[in-house]
Amino acid sequence: MKERFYDLAGRLDGDLRDGEVLLHSLSAERSDFVRFNRGRVRQAGSVEQRQLTLRLVREKRQAAATLTLAGDDDDLAHARAALARLREVTAQLPEDPWLMIADTPQSSESERRGVVPAPEAVVRHVVGAAKDRDLVGFYAGGTMYRGFANSLGQRNWHEVDSFNLDWSLYLQADKAVKSGYAGYEWSPATFDAKLAAAARELELLARPARTIAPGDYRAYLAPRAMEELMGLLSWGGFSAKARQTRQSPLLRMEHGEHFSPRVTLVENTADGVAAPFQHDGYVKPPRVTLIEDGRLGDALVSPRSAKEYSLATNAANAGETPESLDMAPGMLASQDVLAALNTGLYVSNLWYLNYSDRAAGRITGMTRFATFWVEGGHIVAPVNVMRFDDTIYNMLGENLVDLTSERELLLDTSTYEERSTGAARLPGVLLSRLRFTL
Amino acid sequence: MLDTLRRRYAALRSSAPYWSLRYFEETREVLAVRQDTLEPPQLATDRGAMLTAMVDGGYGYCATSDLSVTGLQAALDRATAWAEATHTASVFPYDPGRMPAPRGERLLDDAGASAMSRSELCDLLADECRRAKIDDRIVARYAALELRTVEQLFLASNGADVVQQFRYAIPDAHVTANEGVETQTRSFLHAQQGGLEQIAQSGFVGCGARLAEEALQLLAAPNCPSGRMDLLLMPDQMMLQIHESIGHPLELDRILGDERNYAGTSFVTPDMFGHYRYGSELLDVTFDPSITHELASYAYDDDGTQAEKVWLIRNGILERPLGGHLSQLRAGMQGTANARACSWNRPTMDRMSNINVEPGKSSLAEMIASVERGVLMRSNVSWSIDDSRNKFQFGCEWGELIENGKVKGVVRNSNYRGVSATFWRNMKMAGNAQTFEVHGTLYCGKGEPNQVIHVGHGAPACLFADVDVFGGDA
Repeated sequence: MKERFYDLAGRLDGDLRDGEVLLHSLSAERSDFVRFNRGRVRQAGSVEQRQLTLRLVREKRQAAATLTLAGDDDDLAHARAALARLREVTAQLPEDPWLMIADTPQSSESERRGVVPAPEAVVRHVVGAAKDRDLVGFYAGGTMYRGFANSLGQRNWHEVDSFNLDWSLYLQADKAVKSGYAGYEWSPATFDAKLAAAARELELLARPARTIAPGDYRAYLAPRAMEELMGLLSWGGFSAKARQTRQSPLLRMEHGEHFSPRVTLVENTADGVAAPFQHDGYVKPPRVTLIEDGRLGDALVSPRSAKEYSLATNAANAGETPESLDMAPGMLASQDVLAALNTGLYVSNLWYLNYSDRAAGRITGMTRFATFWVEGGHIVAPVNVMRFDDTIYNMLGENLVDLTSERELLLDTSTYEERSTGAARLPGVLLSRLRFTL
Repeated sequence: MLDTLRRRYAALRSSAPYWSLRYFEETREVLAVRQDTLEPPQLATDRGAMLTAMVDGGYGYCATSDLSVTGLQAALDRATAWAEATHTASVFPYDPGRMPAPRGERLLDDAGASAMSRSELCDLLADECRRAKIDDRIVARYAALELRTVEQLFLASNGADVVQQFRYAIPDAHVTANEGVETQTRSFLHAQQGGLEQIAQSGFVGCGARLAEEALQLLAAPNCPSGRMDLLLMPDQMMLQIHESIGHPLELDRILGDERNYAGTSFVTPDMFGHYRYGSELLDVTFDPSITHELASYAYDDDGTQAEKVWLIRNGILERPLGGHLSQLRAGMQGTANARACSWNRPTMDRMSNINVEPGKSSLAEMIASVERGVLMRSNVSWSIDDSRNKFQFGCEWGELIENGKVKGVVRNSNYRGVSATFWRNMKMAGNAQTFEVHGTLYCGKGEPNQVIHVGHGAPACLFADVDVFGGDA
């Protein structure tokens, strides 16, 4: 894949005219996908895809064209046709005042080889282990490729073998335990252990469920619940453009609001799974501190925003969203969470978060999967789904009691258009109160 | 290309008693002007094919962009191998003999199609962007146009041969105003099928200044009041309400449990169909792929089932789920032609297409006049609902307070919350055909692997009683 991409890039670069710069971005994967329902197979299949984006820059103008590569000799002809079309389009354009591309080649290569099993073996093992349990979930495995090249001589390659089995065990209706097993080397024994742990937790859901009245409750949000919260905050919360146009959900932090000094958030590319380069050719710094000791830190600045707002870029992607978010741990040992919670809600997962009042940082969302009522440090009953509606300043500010000292590395399960290389390393969070409304 | 594919398909061989090929080709161009600067135009061409096979009750798929005979044969072999490998573990015994074998086409008619050059389109976008700059408090201005064409071919070993073509020209815009810690946005989206004539029909021309004025009005407006009161939803918010609390709960694959690990389950169960009171007697909901310009109109779904208008809810009573051919076989229920895939590289599943609320008899003036205290809301900005599609909370960009039958003024940060199972029963007036509008969304997410697809929702303005309404933080 890499050699074919570099060869194609080289041939296209050879077609360029004076004053033209061409940027090539490849996103490809060979993936196996299996859906499970009721411990059996709902859909099983394979996908091989290669998307090439060409960006032509000439006379301070630019346009981009994306095409699907077939992996055969016709690819060059199709790419040349795209290049010709880009010449036509750029000839009609005005100069782009925010054009900014890397002009100092920084080539790199990273390959993370794994032991991804034959998907048929995964199917046999999962179906066999599930037995008569109501397991529903999704396996995605294979190799992901990200490449960048430009006519200035830069070459970057990132290749990862990985799998992500994201699944739930259901008891009845919406009573379920969520689990997952993701990594680079599949171990049947590890999956079996996770399945057994989920089955034990599922027994707790067999107790009569409790419906709690709307109001304020002490609550613990497990790392997977925090992943949802951080996912919503990433929608504009760390973007330079969103800050500049006053659309950030953290707008009030620019007017004196702050989180608890225990909160530090870093875009930790060095320890992430995502490619360390982006589509303009810039190489990302190892770390960008987004929130430091509860105060607003650096924004993620794409090259385009850098040019527009006269900022220094930190090689953010065009959407200025984190891909390797890392939240600093606290002092609360995981085995002490129930005791520290004492009486309140243990929330394993949150779901479908959105802003009730974006400018005020007010967020709503639902509990999902295993949520428990805890009394005296002991789980008493599962809780029927509840809606919360509270500000991020309450949740990560005055109501934050502590964060767990252990964190979970959560590989993004998203497969919209392609398998995600995103990841987050997050602790759980204990809150003195969280407002529930429905 | 299609005849070439037919010839290549004819050369394929498989031991499977049933196999199919679904070809999908899409061209896309996005033009956008932001803060008076033309963004780099984005062009895209995507093409590929999905091969499926059924063997001994098993099912497998393989998607490839290699459209040579060799590439297609390799994909068919892989799909067949998947079917063979999983047939003893399949959640449902797939039966080749019960697969549809349609032959037909849905072709675009270019007669009378509007033509504008790229430069003219960029000038149009630039005009709207520039006209939104009416005040120093306007901090973000954006106007864009997405042009998209899709051509699909479905072939199957039982003789199926379906060609369908689609065209979309979708203008959108948004304008943001800010003062201190308050930010308000107004947006425009016209999501329908059609060519460039859609721009003139959409009301896009002139939207820049209007959105800016409305954003400034919102900045100056009081917060939406809180309490239980009447709620008058305009069609563009009815779209979201229908989508989340009727469309998704009625998807048969959710009811069958396929989505429980991701998009969720449903509070609707199979035993409810035929008698469950979903809404008041004023509520009539249809699956309607026949409104030509609505976003998800088509002649056949992606498994080859011919599409026709079907009542899902009639006089408030639940009649039928949204389930494609395979889901109908699994559930033993009648459904709809709604097995869809977002592209060549994703398998089909139950999706919404056009899910509409049929017009009632009330005029907008009659509905407003009937309200003692309530809020009119339009333009969704926030959406959240539980995984059974029951407890929801939605927010709108635009609100207007109604008291004693009169509109009193604009309110900001308009939100409401409720429960699907009871909300629709409180629908007390349905707007007439003069209030009916067709809207749609390009971003309905679902499935594993994930898929985002376009759906249409037409609706009249509708009035609901006793809704929990509230505003934002002061």
